[in-house]
Order: sequence, then C-alpha cells, then structure tokens
Amino acid sequence: MRRHLLSSADLTRDDALQVLDTAEELRSLADRPIKKLPTLRGRTVVNLFFEDSTRTRISFEAAAKRLSADVINFSAKGSSVSKGESLKDTALTLEAMGADAVVIRHGSSGAPHRLATSGWVRSSVVNAGDGTHEHPTQALLDAFTLRRHLGDLAGRRITIVGDVLHSRVARSNALLLATLGAEVTLVAPPTLLPVGVSAWPVQTSYDLDSALDKCDAVMMLRVQHERMNAAFFPSAREYSRRYGLDDRRFDRLPDHAIVMHPGPMNRGMEISATVADSTRSVIVEQVTNGVAVRMAVLYLLLSGSDAARPGTEEAVL
Amino acid sequence: MTTHTYLGSPERTYLLRGVSVLGGEPRDLLLGAGQLLDPADAPGDAVTVDGDGLVALPGLVDLHTHLREPGREDAETVHTGSRAAAAGGFTAVHAMANTDPVADTAGVVEQVYNLGRDAGYCDVRPVGAVTVGLGGQRLAELGAMAHSAARVRVFSDDGSCVSDAVLMRRALEYVKAFDGVIAQHSQEPRLTESAQMNEGVMSGVLGLTGWPAVAEEAIIARDCLLAGHVGSRLHVCHVSTAGSVELIRWAKGKGWAVTAEVTPHHLLLTDELVATYDPLYKVNPPLRTAEDVAALRTGLADGTIDCVATDHAPHPTEDKECEWGAAAMGMLGLETALSVVQHTMVDTGLLDWAEVADRMSVRPAAIGRVLTQGQPLQVGAAAHVTLVDPSAVRTVEATESQSLSRNNPYRGLELPGRVVATFLRGRATVLDGKLQ
Ligand SMILES: [Zn+2]
Repeated sequence: MRRHLLSSADLTRDDALQVLDTAEELRSLADRPIKKLPTLRGRTVVNLFFEDSTRTRISFEAAAKRLSADVINFSAKGSSVSKGESLKDTALTLEAMGADAVVIRHGSSGAPHRLATSGWVRSSVVNAGDGTHEHPTQALLDAFTLRRHLGDLAGRRITIVGDVLHSRVARSNALLLATLGAEVTLVAPPTLLPVGVSAWPVQTSYDLDSALDKCDAVMMLRVQHERMNAAFFPSAREYSRRYGLDDRRFDRLPDHAIVMHPGPMNRGMEISATVADSTRSVIVEQVTNGVAVRMAVLYLLLSGSDAARPGTEEAVL
Repeated sequence: MTTHTYLGSPERTYLLRGVSVLGGEPRDLLLGAGQLLDPADAPGDAVTVDGDGLVALPGLVDLHTHLREPGREDAETVHTGSRAAAAGGFTAVHAMANTDPVADTAGVVEQVYNLGRDAGYCDVRPVGAVTVGLGGQRLAELGAMAHSAARVRVFSDDGSCVSDAVLMRRALEYVKAFDGVIAQHSQEPRLTESAQMNEGVMSGVLGLTGWPAVAEEAIIARDCLLAGHVGSRLHVCHVSTAGSVELIRWAKGKGWAVTAEVTPHHLLLTDELVATYDPLYKVNPPLRTAEDVAALRTGLADGTIDCVATDHAPHPTEDKECEWGAAAMGMLGLETALSVVQHTMVDTGLLDWAEVADRMSVRPAAIGRVLTQGQPLQVGAAAHVTLVDPSAVRTVEATESQSLSRNNPYRGLELPGRVVATFLRGRATVLDGKLQ
C-alpha cells in the first residue's frame, strides 16, 4: 500500500483485498476478552476534523486506540480555522507534534490531497471524507460488509441510489467496487448524476425499479436538505416516490439482497422505516465493520506492508 | 529629421544591427528621440545592439492585466506589474478595473494612469469599470473616464460579468459616443455559482463544482447579438471554449464589430492539471480540455480570435498555499506570454512572427485605441520595439520574476524564447535581457 489513502483510486485490487483480509483478522479481535493490540504503540494518530462527523471520528479513534496508538483529536470546526492558510499552519503544528498519521475530514474537495502533497507534513494522510470528492474508508467498510454477506464481489451487482453528484461515498464506492470486479449501477435523477459520469467504470440509470430485480445489494445515499430547494428535484415527496426504497420496492429485491446506507438516514425520504429496520438491512453492522477496516488501514499505512500480520506472534511482540 | 536634432538629446540612440523584423531578412533599426529613424543617419555614439538571430516585433500590447493597485499592493503594484510587463516584452498594458477602490471614476483611472507614467516601464492604460463598483446595477461614469487624462477606451467589469442584458445593451450603445469598447467577462452567474473548475469528466471525478462551457457561450451569444443589434464594439475577454470560438466566428461572419482575446494559459494548459488540487491551476475562466485548447489555437491562427491577452493575475502566497476551494483564482502571465505563444503557435507552425506581431501588438493596440502602439516598424513610427531570441530555451523559475507574486503555473516547464530587449519610445526598459 502507498503511504497515503486519499482516494479509492489509489487502491489496486491487491491493495484492497489486503485491507479487507486484514480487517477480517482484526474483526475477530472484537470477540476476544482483550481488544487491544500493541501494534502501533508509540505512534501518534491525529484526527483532524474540519467538519463535524462524530461517527467517523469515533470510528477512527476506536481503531487507533485498539492498535495502542496515541490519539489526538483536533477539531478545527468553529475555531478561527476556516481558510487554507490555516490548513498549512495546522499541518505544521501536527508535524511538530510528530504525528505519524493524520486522519483528515474537510469540507473542501482535495484538502487531504493537498495536505499529503504540499510537503507540509511527513506523516501518512488518510482521507476521512473531503467535500464532494471521496471517502475511501467508507467504501472499504462497505466492501467489507458486502463481502461478508455475498462472498467474492466479482460479478456481483450493486446498485447505488441517490445524490451521486454530491456524494463522496458514491465516488469512492463506484471506484472501489469496480476495482473488486463488481457491476455497479448508479441510479439517480439526471440532475444528480455528474457531467462526465459516462467515463466512470459503472452503469447508470434514471429508473430505480428497473435496477432492482437482479441486484445483490442496494446502497441508498442520503439526500441533503440543501438540495431540496435548489431545483435538483421538484419536491421531497416526488423524490421519495421515484427514488426512495419503500416497502413495495423492497419486496421486489431478490431474497439474498442486502440494503445499505452510509448514514445518517432520512427515514421516510430515501428509505422507509420498515426497510431500514428489516433483517436484510446491514446498516448497524456497517458501523461495527468501520472500526475493523480503519484499524486495517492505519495498520497497513503505519507498519508498512512488509510488517507482520496482526494477531500473529510477531505482531504482538 | 536629421541627425543633429537628436545628437544633443539626453536620450540614447540605439542602433539594432541585423535584426529580423517580423521574422524577415536581417536589417538595421535606428531608435532615437522616441522614434524609428533612418539607420543611414546613425550617429557615431549610438549604442549598438547585436541583433544576430533576434526577431524584432512592435512592442507588445496587453489588453488584460491586473495590476492590483490601488488596494492589493501586497499582490502587485503598478510599478512592479509594469516592470514585469517590460520584462515580458510589453510596451503597453491595460490595467483592469477590479481594484479597491474600483476604477469606476475619472479620479481612480487618472491615479492609475499617473502611477504608470511615473513608473515609466510601459504605457499603462486604465480600463474603466462598466458599472459602479462592478456591482452590475448602474452604469459608471463612462464618459468622464473617457474624457479624463487617462483617455479610457476599454470598459470592463472583468472579474464579474455584466449579466443584465439591458445594462449590457446600454453600455454597448453608450460608449459609441467616444469610440469605446465593452470588454466582457463572459460568465453567466447562476450557471457558475460556487464553480471551481471546468465542468466535465475531471470535475465529476474530483468532486469539484463545475463551470460549464455553456455559461461562457450563452453570454457570448447574447452579447454578439446585442452588439450586432445596436452596432457597437464588443470585445470578448479570455475566450476559453471551442464553442465560444465558433460563436465568435459566426458573429464576425455577420460583419459585427466583435473582437476576442485568448490567454496564454488557455493555449497551453488543460483541466487535467486540476487533479493535483494545486491552486496554482485555479483560474477564471477555468482551464478547459485538450479539445478546447486545440480550437483556441486554430481560432487564434485563423484570426477568429484577434489577440493574446495575459489576464496576468497576481495573488499573494497565502491565497494560493491552501486547499483548492479556498484559493483565489488567477495566474501570472506577463513574463511568460511570448514564450507560451512561441511554444504553442510559432513552433507548431500555426503562426509566423509577423502574425505574432499582429496578435500581440497590432490588433490589441487597435482594439484598445492605443494610438502610437502596434505600428509597423518603419521610419517615423514611435519606437516601441521588442527583441526576442527565439532560439533561447529556459526552465521557468517562479522566483525569477519582476512581479510581487509567485503564482506562476509554468514553473519547472521548459519554454522557448527570451525577451532580449524592450524599447518604450526609444528608451530601453530591457537590455541584454535585463530590466533597466
Ligand atoms: Zn475575467
């Protein structure tokens, strides 16, 4: 694996499988009485969050702590940090603290890339969501969850529904799932598909119903409130009718198909409450898997791909 | 004029020996008393410049420069910007109006004009704002600026688009009274809210809000129709898309008084560079695709696009050393323009040096009504001359610049050509490649 994880595009098929396999081993740790590994003892992981996202931050924090890393949470939201000069100053501060990895969430697309390539820091940079660009660890945990239910993803049909244009989850998932050999279909009203999507390694459709019959998993994306009054669709009700996963559509899914959502959900909007709470919804499991996948990412970035696998004797020295 | 009239002049006389005028056969040029003189009259104490291998062009004229003064003297001043202009071979620049305060009154344009005259490196021609404070609501006092000492002829809200169709129509009509031209920054505002880069494959992948070509083309189409309708002069700033070139070709075919410029960066760079997320490549209008670049080169070659204008836009380091979304738009251009044009147009066989002179001096001077500039290099003309060595090659260094700013998108690139000398009214502003 490379030094940074900025985009799903950074991951080859082998890289991605290595993360997923490592995460699988680490997840078994959750069932052990002692949940901590000493692997990253003495290493410092900084959670640098320019945007509020308690669930992602907690997930990374738990992952780092279970690997015995020191964790510094640096929340820049609401402080004087709002413009880019401060990104540099913040980076220099982190460098001075001796951060080994910086987990960054930022509202501006490309900010993690900038942090990694500007020469301001020497640490590894993990993109924990940047603007409307990418969220690669979310895609990894989604792939991890999918694999647990469906096995090898090659040839599997995954339908991703909703605001693709503004979704970093959709971008990262489309790239990663395609790398893993899945057939991805993006379903959205034409206003919410990016110009140029035809160059992506996916199929697209404007019609949800036609994309349900044969799919192995359907991933519903959150619709942000600010889209509602910007003419992307006429009304929340019409969106829900045309693109929501309601009980009727849920019944049409193949029996083995699972339902995913990166959260937080708008129940009654893109997903009905019954569907969200059904046994085939893996939404809660996604959260659990998130910790294992982020442990794997931090482990592989910080200990190098040549290092011993966690869980083995060498790793617990 | 005889030799005796300038022998006693405090100004030096320069004899440019064996220069290739517009790329033609080598001959001598004699510059004295601000004019081109008959080389046969060269006095014994004339400073001789060896012109072997050098191409002589009429001094370059830039229709689109941001000198930032008054207001952002941390980015550039009239003094430093006009030094950069001279270093790049320019003898005249048009200073855009989006300063602070905005150049929307006779007072401000005269201030800029005087600063340029005091600096003395090139003719600084202030551009007047079309609307008060660039607000797009009311016409600025265009007549007062036209009749000020700055004799403004080019009016532009550059940075903002005069998007109101009625206001644009009135502005086009009004400036006919003093032979002015409206230079439009063509950007439909609603289609480009929060826009960060060209809308296309790259914006989709990078998750940056798109700036679609149609936002430029829709305004150009409308403005051409307006200019045709009221019989006025329209100049289209920084044309950046293939579709815009087609529209301008169509408008010219109608016989309408529409002119257009292209920037050096739109002739060379594409939106693929945005994948670096380095704000050095953030500019407005944005870098487009390779197809657009090809269409712009063709348009400049066939004369659809009249001229090259730099859109030199200095920004202090902190406005570029940040994440893409927070960064300012714009890049430097004065000191690299001629090299980029040589690289993209001359070395590719699309333009010869006479045509470079046409696109970088003659036509921009005519559009801006800069009376003494852009003239043929013949006896009696004002001595605005640029000497370029086309055989030189350099690796662009951001630090080697007269500008106060360092936002140079060509840093590290190897580019051909070097400005060896620039003469403004017979006075060397650059000699031996060094600013005087
Ligand atoms: Zn402009």
